[in-house]
Amino acid sequence: MTEVAEYVEVHRHPEPTSFISKWIFSIDHKVIGIQYILLAIVAVFIGMGLSLLVRLRLVWPEKSFAILGDLFPIGAPDGVMTPEFYLAMLTMHGTVMVFMVLTTAPQGGFGNYFLPIQIGAADMAFPRLNMLSFWTTFLSFCALMVAFLVEGGAPISGWTAYPPLSALNAAAMEGTGQDWWIISIALFCIASLLGALNFIVTTLELRAKGLTMMRLPLTVWTWFVTAILGLLAFGVLLAAGILLLLDRNLGTSFFIPGGLVVNDQLVNHSGGSPILWQHLFWFFGHPEVYIAILPGMGVTSHVLATFARKTVFGYKAMVYAILAIGGLGFVVWGHHMFMSGMSPYSAFVFSVLTMCIGVPSAIKTFNWIGTLWGGKIRFTTPMLYAIGFVSLFVTGGLSGIFLGQPTVDLWFHDTYFVVAHFHLIMGVAAIFGMFSGLTFWFPKMFGRFMSEGLGRIHFWLTFIGVYAIFGPMHYLGMIPHPRRYAETTGVDFLAAGGANEIQYFITIAAMITITAQFLFLFNFLWSLFKGKVCTEDNPWEATTLEWAIPSPPPHDNFAGKIPTVYRGAYDFSLPNAKRDFAMQCNSDEMVFPRSSGD
Amino acid sequence: MAFILALVIWLICIALTIPFVLKTWWMPDPITDHARAVDAQMALTFVVTGVIFVIAHLALGYAVMKFGRKRSGPADYNTGNERWEVLWTAAATVLFIGLTFMGYTVWAEARFADAQSQPSAGERVVVEVTAQQFVWNMRYAGADGKFGSLNVNLIDDSLGNPLGLDRGQPDGKDDVIVPRMTVPINKEIEVILRTKDVLHNFFIPELRLKLDTVPGIEGRLRFKPDKVGTYEIACSELCGLGHYKMRSFMDVVEQADYDSWLQEQYSFLQ
Amino acid sequence: MATTLTPPLAADGVKHEETQPSVGGGGFPPPARPRDGGGDGSDRPDPVAQAVFRYKLGTWVGIAGIVMVFAAFTSALVVRSGLSGDWVAVELPRVLWLSTALLLISSLTIEKAKRLLRRGVGVRQWLTVTLGFGVLFIGSQWFGWRALAERGIYVSSNPGSSFFYLLTAAHAVHILGGILALSYAVIRVWRPGVWVTRQAAVEATAIYWHFMDALWVYLLLLLMFWR
Repeated sequence: MTEVAEYVEVHRHPEPTSFISKWIFSIDHKVIGIQYILLAIVAVFIGMGLSLLVRLRLVWPEKSFAILGDLFPIGAPDGVMTPEFYLAMLTMHGTVMVFMVLTTAPQGGFGNYFLPIQIGAADMAFPRLNMLSFWTTFLSFCALMVAFLVEGGAPISGWTAYPPLSALNAAAMEGTGQDWWIISIALFCIASLLGALNFIVTTLELRAKGLTMMRLPLTVWTWFVTAILGLLAFGVLLAAGILLLLDRNLGTSFFIPGGLVVNDQLVNHSGGSPILWQHLFWFFGHPEVYIAILPGMGVTSHVLATFARKTVFGYKAMVYAILAIGGLGFVVWGHHMFMSGMSPYSAFVFSVLTMCIGVPSAIKTFNWIGTLWGGKIRFTTPMLYAIGFVSLFVTGGLSGIFLGQPTVDLWFHDTYFVVAHFHLIMGVAAIFGMFSGLTFWFPKMFGRFMSEGLGRIHFWLTFIGVYAIFGPMHYLGMIPHPRRYAETTGVDFLAAGGANEIQYFITIAAMITITAQFLFLFNFLWSLFKGKVCTEDNPWEATTLEWAIPSPPPHDNFAGKIPTVYRGAYDFSLPNAKRDFAMQCNSDEMVFPRSSGD
Repeated sequence: MAFILALVIWLICIALTIPFVLKTWWMPDPITDHARAVDAQMALTFVVTGVIFVIAHLALGYAVMKFGRKRSGPADYNTGNERWEVLWTAAATVLFIGLTFMGYTVWAEARFADAQSQPSAGERVVVEVTAQQFVWNMRYAGADGKFGSLNVNLIDDSLGNPLGLDRGQPDGKDDVIVPRMTVPINKEIEVILRTKDVLHNFFIPELRLKLDTVPGIEGRLRFKPDKVGTYEIACSELCGLGHYKMRSFMDVVEQADYDSWLQEQYSFLQ
Repeated sequence: MATTLTPPLAADGVKHEETQPSVGGGGFPPPARPRDGGGDGSDRPDPVAQAVFRYKLGTWVGIAGIVMVFAAFTSALVVRSGLSGDWVAVELPRVLWLSTALLLISSLTIEKAKRLLRRGVGVRQWLTVTLGFGVLFIGSQWFGWRALAERGIYVSSNPGSSFFYLLTAAHAVHILGGILALSYAVIRVWRPGVWVTRQAAVEATAIYWHFMDALWVYLLLLLMFWR
């Protein structure tokens, strides 16, 4: 392409020839990225299936589903789900979604594939380490699935695994499900640490000539900050997991206090503190929320700018907001523990810091709208998902303003309002980021377009569907419906407040929305083989480096020639320019526009 | 496309907002001053976030509609505007931090056992609530106003001693242990929260009070109910398979009824 | 090669970033001349030095991750020891002093190997010696655990002993990782190969090994003085 004006020759790795070294134990970041994405797709459908079981049990607690009786003879005898089966499904749904989907696909998947290309590198800094990260993640996924198969079944203590429930089999159920859960999480932590290391070094060291930090695409910024969060957070979860494993199996008492009596039996532990687990867990858990959502924010900025044909409004403010969100993410974990007996003084500090996160979030939201403002919007499917992301981010973010205040959290803590909040902001919004990213980059990754028609139908069904599912959960929070209740019959005020009707509505909405996801799966698989062929390097007329190379990219991305970068990541619609976009590696468009604002 | 998307965004915004404005599904009536203060802070938060929610969605929909139409010429070239950045940064800071400062004392007051404002022992009713899978045990100190000592080795649910109370001891002789809480109206109530096994959470919606019962730690809540009635206690922290049905009730009754209820309990003990 | 124990991150990796004018964000006027980005910039034109730096930076970043694991353990220890009044500090087995000495000496030997790297002679020998010390350290730790077990102090005996076994074992696992890295470095130095990998292997391993040494001293002090 004429745009690439200057190259630096680099050493080329030979292309692997055998199937195994090319597709299984590949050290190519692109293949590893696809592996992560496929893992996440498998996991997301498992997680979705679990959520369907959860929804069915909530609305029809006594109904018999014959197929379940065959699949889970203990958890669902005669097809009727037991309360502990409900809790196991809920625990595994949370764990699979948070770890195997929200942490793998945005970072390990898209980050792996596009970070090196967007910074003009032939691969990650440590390709073998990269392969190790993926396969450790895969092992972790297998370990998690083993939890379903062992005697006693999957753990029932929620994805937060609060001890003593998670530490004492007598209080939950006999079996090694919880141990497998911990082993899976520990492996996942190790994999994520290795991945984070790779991302950080790659971003710092492998940028092409001319690509300064303030010229990075916002996607790269979010992957970079996410990697830093992962590096500092996963080690803490690993440590906590090891302590819990010791408490369960070697008789230590890190998290279990003395004098507990379960089922009239005195527990043989003494002196530990369940609160300690909560601190360690949430020190990881809160940054984890941003690990899930930050890459989605990056993709949204990227896609909004591309299809609004406008440069990102307030690029610098966006970068600072990403950094602020990442930094603040480490000092707000206490807001998950307002109701666990925390001193009001500490709670106040955590509350103020939590509310501070609202500020960079507001900056990002208004900058996204500012990016659209004055644009010339092209409504492609990735753009639709990105606009959907902004809406979901606003809705999910604002409920955080309630939960961040201890006084109001008094009402909402552990109710469906919280479920609505985190599903919208870290679940659905992040997944919209992934939808956007996948449809946007699909032609680059596979040389074919995803179907726009199917994509649109899927967008409308899903966008309205998720609001139909999670919107009413806010009202359940007002009733107030505590979360993790296997049915609504146990407490009188639920039915009296109208919980049954809302739960019924949500289940129907969930069934429709889940069905719609198969449309996306079909679109993905069909487009892979039959989609419209993408012959151009830059079908979307975008500006960043991944669009300067063929689709799909050659083995080492730039065919041994690394481009030089001359400009910021989002030079759209420059005044007096020939075209409405100028690629980063383009040195032709030497126009100096009037300074506007900055 | 532009118009439909904008319309859907606005419709979703309206559909989500209306039930909150109409209070279709709402909190039950408060029965303490603390609960009313929580409600005030809740209302304030609803107004602040509601306004931001509506503005953001209006703007998003408007931008989509206006700039999604066919237009001649390229998009505007605009890298940002510092004045706007400063404006929304400042506005968000003031609103969000302001909210925190306005509301934080409400909860702190319910939590702090401030010695000076504490009424003397006779003027308040102390109830010790001990959670266990999946039952609530309420203990009253009895006529002597002193709780008897507990011994984990004496715990035996089948013998009717779920707390391991040492009845042989003078303080413990007149302790009343019941599965349901009864408290007098217009009197300061102090609840001491304990658990025998795992985490539970003591939650009475009408009180707007919620606190985990943490193994190994005693939690304290204080409130002064001013409305007679029966109120449900629900467990609000995952505690195991029976979590969803772990509940009890709190009866708020007139002082005279409370006294006679207590006498009745003593007579059972004889 | 100059020895440096300060993080190259501060000295090298980020600093040149900050000194650059931060022009050129999204949509800013493109400068006439390309600026230097990261690795391929003109600061380190030498591809060998660049690759070595990359491995060293990776090691430092990895160390940050490991620090967080032990920071979490430490905070757990501090919190746990303040609870319940059941804390019994473990009287450390004497053999731990031998362990400490072994590890301190091994730090010196790997430093020696690193300094000989440029001349290219004796590197393998000194690395092998370091490897030996690493294995001896693990052996010495094993005797430490045996000594405690003979006194009847096991993992679950009291919170102090739980943390003793936990921290020493977690450190030992990391030392095993270091032994693997050392073995790799020995093989790299032994076999004729790409110089980059050799220098990177030795220098990165040296950083890691020094860190293991410092971590052990920290853990020893923590176990000795936190009562």
